[in-house]
Amino acid sequence: MAKKTALYNKHLQSNAKIVNFGGWDMPLHYGSQINEHHQVRQSVGVFDVSHMTIIDLKGQRVREFLRYLLANDVARLKKTGKALYSCMLNEQGGVIDDLIVYFQEESKFRLIVNAGTRDKDLAWITQHAQSFSVEVQERDDLAMLAVQGPKAQEKLKSLIKDLPIPPPFSAVWNEIFVARTGYTGEDGFEIILANDQVCDFWDNLLDVGVLPIGLGARDTLRLEAGMNLYGEDMDENYSPLESGLAWTVAFKPEDRNFIGRNALQAKPKQVMVGLVLQNKGILRAHQTVSVEGGEIGYITSGTFSPTLGVSIAFARLPIGKYDQVNVTIRKKVLVAQVITPPFVRQGKACF
Amino acid sequence: MSEVPENLKYTSSHEWVRVEQDGTVTIGITDHAQHELGDLVFVELPEIGTHLEIEDASGVLESVKAASDLYCPIAGKVIAINTALDDTPELINQSPYDKAWLFKLEPTENSMPTLLTATQYIESITNTE
Repeated sequence: MAKKTALYNKHLQSNAKIVNFGGWDMPLHYGSQINEHHQVRQSVGVFDVSHMTIIDLKGQRVREFLRYLLANDVARLKKTGKALYSCMLNEQGGVIDDLIVYFQEESKFRLIVNAGTRDKDLAWITQHAQSFSVEVQERDDLAMLAVQGPKAQEKLKSLIKDLPIPPPFSAVWNEIFVARTGYTGEDGFEIILANDQVCDFWDNLLDVGVLPIGLGARDTLRLEAGMNLYGEDMDENYSPLESGLAWTVAFKPEDRNFIGRNALQAKPKQVMVGLVLQNKGILRAHQTVSVEGGEIGYITSGTFSPTLGVSIAFARLPIGKYDQVNVTIRKKVLVAQVITPPFVRQGKACF
Repeated sequence: MSEVPENLKYTSSHEWVRVEQDGTVTIGITDHAQHELGDLVFVELPEIGTHLEIEDASGVLESVKAASDLYCPIAGKVIAINTALDDTPELINQSPYDKAWLFKLEPTENSMPTLLTATQYIESITNTE
């Protein structure tokens, strides 16, 4: 039986269409995925992301441990509350998961990892934490909401008096944990609070006009914003360098040893690009892409972009430079423009 | 609960069929189907003049979620397609039985298959709703 978040009944009250996502019963949409997408781009919406796994790491050597565990370097986290996006690699340089790490105290960091990778992540982290005497604690007593959109700050302020607004990619906390992070490309907050508080908080958000948004719109929003989805755009078979995530790998300082580092010395054979379909039709994951010269690649995730009104995708192609490629959909050869993601910034095309 | 008009015939693959007074038939997808598909974003319809057999893949409906084949419930020649859906596929979500008819056929003689009545169609979808 699928797991349910503390907000499950709230979703039913809002007429959610429920689907199984990573072992959880989650809202796909509450009527119209496209309207929900526009709501977040133009105003504000709230997502239940309590299915995601929150892990607290404690110990005197936690920073040292994370500098070994992650491909990005937590030495970059100098101010309390600062967040960092990183991949966690295996010895072969493949991506076990992507995550966000928050620096809370010198002896306490918080990780947010994916729901579908929870078991293997916890096993991997725990295995390596031992020799650093770092304590690994999963926080399944906590729920997580993402309030996203240009009006997120205004709505949240109206709800929490004296809310300290953290700078982008940082968090503040007392009773609740408020991070200026998200997965939509919009300004917004990810809020972590106790399971038994989250229903009231959800109701209050809806009362001030924040609309509930399903995972369907979350997917189209993140794709427009040029953000990868684990399991589709990256997995253990590809390195971050082959997944459009070279910017998240900190090779300097050169004497920092992190898991997977040696494997990343090899030259990548593939490159991740963005595609914008020039014809009518919809790009979907696993469709074949052919580049000039006849070599092929494939789409890792694709969708209809509600903001642009055309189809967009990520594709993994043989290494090279391309202006356009062909995609065969149902025996028709269609043309796609190759771009460097993101596709959308501040509600407009940006390629 | 989805809307299932009494005066139409249905298929188990969620098309509706209306036999017009002149003997031609109009085909669309049901309210239940559009709910299941989610927001429609692209529609590919058969070309006018095409001869279709029963259960021929006659087009594709793409929603934000997935692509679904459209199956022809009746054999015949395509005599009209709803070109409004080119630019406004969302009509299928808004008006599946009226504005968002998909195409019209001139049936091949004596080719009318047995289709589901509204009651039978409701029974067939009750388990999945």
